[in-house]
Amino acid sequence: MSAPVDTVDPRPEAPPAGRSKRTAGFLLAGLLVALVLAGGVSHYASSEPDGLNKVAIDKGLDQHEKDSATAGSPLADYGVEGVESERLSGGLAGVIGVVVTFTLAGGVAYVATARRRRAAPPR
Amino acid sequence: MHVPDGYLDGPTSLACAAVAAAGVAVSLRGSRRELDERSAPLAGLVAAFIFAVQMLNFPVAAGTSGHLLGGTLAAVLIGPWTGVLCVSVVLIVQALFFADGGVSALGVNVVNMSLVTVVVGWGVFALVRAVLPRTRGSVVVGSVLGAALSVPAAAVVFTGLYAVGGTADISTGTVLAQMVGLHVLIGLGEALITGLTVSSVLATRPDLVHGARHLAGRTLDIRTPETALAA
Repeated sequence: MSAPVDTVDPRPEAPPAGRSKRTAGFLLAGLLVALVLAGGVSHYASSEPDGLNKVAIDKGLDQHEKDSATAGSPLADYGVEGVESERLSGGLAGVIGVVVTFTLAGGVAYVATARRRRAAPPR
Repeated sequence: MHVPDGYLDGPTSLACAAVAAAGVAVSLRGSRRELDERSAPLAGLVAAFIFAVQMLNFPVAAGTSGHLLGGTLAAVLIGPWTGVLCVSVVLIVQALFFADGGVSALGVNVVNMSLVTVVVGWGVFALVRAVLPRTRGSVVVGSVLGAALSVPAAAVVFTGLYAVGGTADISTGTVLAQMVGLHVLIGLGEALITGLTVSSVLATRPDLVHGARHLAGRTLDIRTPETALAA
């Protein structure tokens, strides 16, 4: 007689009360970490070329490199156009990126589940 | 590892865009099995976190840096299908807003940094999880190994793409050796960041780690000496 530890993971149907509040707290804490990393810590990141760029420079993969079509974007190269301070410009760009990415990915995930919601409306 | 415009020729970029679009479309369908409306914001958080950590280039060798790719991390935290979506959103935001990675190379970058890292990272993770005991520690070990291997795998795929459609005539052997050599090192950083992040979430909210769902209910597993022996 073995203990039934191998049951198929059931989707949590009705989370216990308090679970969603805790998840909201986790979400806020996680976002705060992301904002601090992108908005502050990123200032101290290495500015050396990354692995691919380094190989490209050393071996000439970049001979025909073209400027990105978005090179003129006000956020190009992780800075905000018109902001003088490098630290502020980079930090602000990071914060904007975190907010945009969160919204877009959360939105995509929400839409992805929409069809299931229509098929099986919440009880 | 963001490929700029002009490294790969048009046909290769276009073919990658088609593969990337197909991969994202399949992942959209697959993600329905991993997500519900309550977990959708968590997918947003995973993507936002990866965006942030990708800004943190760490030094790996003389004059070279690396950063997280995040495919393994996303797959373990939120599921492989949703993981593809998360990393792809990061790459799209980077290409369109931050001019990081070319726009015509977006398909190339989604293939390399989203599809390949998730497939390899999750594949290794699932393999390790199946072999090791059912513990949180095994989840971390699987994440670390998956992350470490996913980065050189992406470097190998890039080299293959460059061999087919590179715009400069450089020996594939040279590109392969250089790319893999540096990305083995970057993979160590990827493994460290992935391991630390997965451990932290496991310590606070293990129920939110997709790759640890098989451990759910473990705490309710009442064991007498007899059942423990039998199990």
